[in-house]
Amino acid sequence: MTATLSDLSSVTVTPSTPDGPEDSPRRIRLRRARSDVLFRAIARAGGSVVLAVMLLVGLFLGVRAVPAVRAVGFGFLTTQNWVPAQLDFGVAGVLVGTVLIALVAISIAVPLATGAALYISEYAPSRLQPVLVNLVDLMAAVPSVVYGIWGFFLLQPHILVRGELGDGLPRFLTTYLGWIPFFQVDDYNPRDPAASPTALTSSTFVAGIIVSMMVTPIIASVMREVFSQAPLGEREGAFALGATKWGMIRSVVLPFGRGGMIGGTMLGLGRALGETIGVFLVISMVFVIQPHILQTGGGSIAALIALRYSDDAGIALAALMAAGLVLFGMTLVVNFAAGIIISRSRSGAASEA
Amino acid sequence: MTVTDVRVAETYLPRRDDPAGPEVRRTMSNTRRSDVFAVVGAAASSIALSSVIFTQLAPFDAILGFVVVSYLLFLGIYTLLVSLDESGPTVRDRLAAALIHSLAFVMLVGLVLVVGYTFWRGRQALVHLNFYYQDMGLAGPLQPLSVGGVKHAIVGTLEQIGIALAITIPLGIIGAVFLSEVPGPFSRFVRIIVEAMTALPSIVAGLFIFAMVILGLGVDKSGMAAGLALSVMMLPIIIRAADVVIRLVPGTLREAALALGASQWRTIWHVVLPTARSGITTAVILGTARGIGETSPVLLTAGFAQTLNANPTSGAQTSLPLYTFQMVRTGEPGLIARAFGAAAVLMVLVLFLFVLARLIGGRAPGQLSRGQRRRRVRASRRDAVRFAARDNARRPDLLDTDKAGS
Repeated sequence: MTATLSDLSSVTVTPSTPDGPEDSPRRIRLRRARSDVLFRAIARAGGSVVLAVMLLVGLFLGVRAVPAVRAVGFGFLTTQNWVPAQLDFGVAGVLVGTVLIALVAISIAVPLATGAALYISEYAPSRLQPVLVNLVDLMAAVPSVVYGIWGFFLLQPHILVRGELGDGLPRFLTTYLGWIPFFQVDDYNPRDPAASPTALTSSTFVAGIIVSMMVTPIIASVMREVFSQAPLGEREGAFALGATKWGMIRSVVLPFGRGGMIGGTMLGLGRALGETIGVFLVISMVFVIQPHILQTGGGSIAALIALRYSDDAGIALAALMAAGLVLFGMTLVVNFAAGIIISRSRSGAASEA
Repeated sequence: MTVTDVRVAETYLPRRDDPAGPEVRRTMSNTRRSDVFAVVGAAASSIALSSVIFTQLAPFDAILGFVVVSYLLFLGIYTLLVSLDESGPTVRDRLAAALIHSLAFVMLVGLVLVVGYTFWRGRQALVHLNFYYQDMGLAGPLQPLSVGGVKHAIVGTLEQIGIALAITIPLGIIGAVFLSEVPGPFSRFVRIIVEAMTALPSIVAGLFIFAMVILGLGVDKSGMAAGLALSVMMLPIIIRAADVVIRLVPGTLREAALALGASQWRTIWHVVLPTARSGITTAVILGTARGIGETSPVLLTAGFAQTLNANPTSGAQTSLPLYTFQMVRTGEPGLIARAFGAAAVLMVLVLFLFVLARLIGGRAPGQLSRGQRRRRVRASRRDAVRFAARDNARRPDLLDTDKAGS
């Protein structure tokens, strides 16, 4: 190595013996104490148990569902009937019903949740803010059976379908917007005073509203979390450029929170797909595809399971397991997507210390 | 003193002996009087206008319709009023604010309706004391509310959630510690699975235990099976929440412990877990609040009993949500009143757990409660006394060395 004096002035040279061996990176070896080895083994075992339980859920449902799927094959996804004794069963009707209920719920819950989240994070007085956050969380903790009996005894008979004529939102929708296929109700003429309002009860729409009450707080709390993380500098920048509050929200808060909004919505969708008791209490089950959301009759996979789980015959139970597996797969996909969207977004909960 | 003799570029400083005049308090509020007038005026005129429409012009009589029409009229009139003396962006701002406020209000009304209605309908059953200490053994569907109660359901709920907690607390905390403290591809995989499982439909958890324990192992429907089903449902919720809290523990605390020579196990036991304690407690309590109100897994696994069965390992056992559900299904008015009573008791339980969670938790890791702070102050005072005593004991030879040095 030849280094002139002028070189040395700007370069740091580690002193080493001139004729020593070449420098090489030190090998770092980690020796763990015995207690640490034990701890890591226990932690790993705990993690494995958790994983095993979670995988067993899918595995067990799958194994139990095999006879049913073998009996009807691909028809399980296309048949609109549920008579396991005659090997005539399929989830087509209830699957569509599940999705429709979830869609109704989401389309009501998302605007509500967005409004509530924006109010809490942007408009609420700072002293009121923690109270409201707790209220939303409390709303998420209210048991689903409470929402169910609320929907069955208050919402449906007193708010949505009132009295002899069935006054309320469903009647209004089918009277004036009945030309939209979704809002059509068969065998019901809203202008006929003798028409029975029972054609409008126990519908996908009513069930969807009940489910929307359950999922709104879940969506709202995710959205609020994300909105409140919108960077202060950018907010102040928008204000400094002369934006109104709404201008600031539209140009800073909403774009920042878009990932969280989509992710929260999908979390709510996952909850809505799997909701059982609230739907079961209010809906009257039909097994055919019922695209008219205002008309009585509808279905969901979860409600189907709750209705028929006491069928002890082998194939009937296998059919229910298969239905459960379909529901499980559906929520899993939605949830995976939600998790990926939330974590990819700029506003993801990056709390790594 | 007049201002005219102050030159343009100079700063004018008021002199001490200047008559300052009375000080006027400056208003810091964002709302102006005209804003309030606009809101109140729009509200009044919209209600008046829709009253005219509903009573004089059109044959409508629905309350819901009245509310909707008045609200839409309010939005229109409000926009009109604001646009009289504001620019376009401000009008949009006001309209958005009105919309957001009303959406939040609708949600609040929903919550109040749900909670209030349950207690209102439950009041008939709740005023009878026997509702809390009797079971349904003697009470048929037509029996008055002064006979029978939900004691068996309360006992069942507590036992089932107890079993679930006995499983989920240790497993959940070990799982969360594993996820955050033993990083690697395996723990990443487990985290993905656990996060996906947080939305596991509760009925699928029930179906799983029904298939595995009741049909597979031949165990009867019992409180034990229900507890297992609840723990399958609660486990991912608790792990995920606890994992988030443990990850919030500042890395510097961990590094300090490791730098002082503590092993990883000691670091977690003495630094990480105590720091995250309030958050972990909150996670557990919120998971409990979710589990305690679940009906569908219990419906599949616990069976239904009318009398008290305190033994969770054999025989059917009822819980509060299941009781509510089954009573509602009968359609009998007396039993429905009981169902609302049971739902109200359940709500009180959930509310209690929730308040407990907020009292214990709700603090960031490392932030101390008043008691903890007092304890820490006492400990440091003890240390100070100890150090002082040690210094005093050392002082003589310190003086000696000083003398020797000089």
